[in-house]
Amino acid sequence: MTVIANFLIVVTILVGLLFTVVAVIGVLRLPDVYTRAHAASKSATLGVLSILVGVFLHFWWNKDHISIQLLLAIAFLFITSPIGGHLMGRAAYLSGVKPTKLTVGDDLAEVVKKAKQSKPE
Amino acid sequence: MKTNDVILQTTTKVVFFIIFLFSIHIFFAGHYTPGGGFVGGLLTTGALVLLLLAFDLKTVKQALPFNFTIVTGIGLLLALGTASASLVFNVPFFTHAFDDFTLPLFGVTSLHTAMLFDAGVYLVVVGAAITIIQSIGGDA
Repeated sequence: MTVIANFLIVVTILVGLLFTVVAVIGVLRLPDVYTRAHAASKSATLGVLSILVGVFLHFWWNKDHISIQLLLAIAFLFITSPIGGHLMGRAAYLSGVKPTKLTVGDDLAEVVKKAKQSKPE
Repeated sequence: MKTNDVILQTTTKVVFFIIFLFSIHIFFAGHYTPGGGFVGGLLTTGALVLLLLAFDLKTVKQALPFNFTIVTGIGLLLALGTASASLVFNVPFFTHAFDDFTLPLFGVTSLHTAMLFDAGVYLVVVGAAITIIQSIGGDA
């Protein structure tokens, strides 16, 4: 039983590590800020979540201690990390960062133009 | 141009309570685990700063109509009062006392006067930090 438990813990933490490394590679390799935000927010969130789940299971099964703080941290990261990615992407778009040359459409441009015309602040 | 803040504001309404509850937990857990008045106060300040980021200064002032300079003053008075209360019992300044009480919901709880001093630290940290941020963030 302990072997299965430890195996599961190791697998969860390794999956988290793998996803974090993939996020780093994505940030280095992808061409513009939006694709980088895409890589960084999703994979890093899942990576850190898996590591936290692994740590939680380790303390639960091996040390008999259920850490409410880790559960809270998992919920907190799951809520806030995508919002951070969304806000950074929006701030980049509104301050005029151009997407990569491979982009085919930009539906947001018309909306932003209309909003700028209707309220010239 | 007015931007659309629905996502940020809705998230803030949820996340604020998580941070605030965690700061209360950190404050009360300070005697036996890492934490205490200073960290708890800074976490509460962080929750309030998140409110300030998502909404504007006027809305937050309406929601929390405290004068935070007075909060700092209350905190200092609480700390000084806890420290000097020992003089009444004819023991040296800053001597703390504790005893075990049986509370209705918590069972036997050890209550220590160091927590009152910590509450003073908490109020001072919250009051001072929010005063700094509000006076920097204001227009005039």
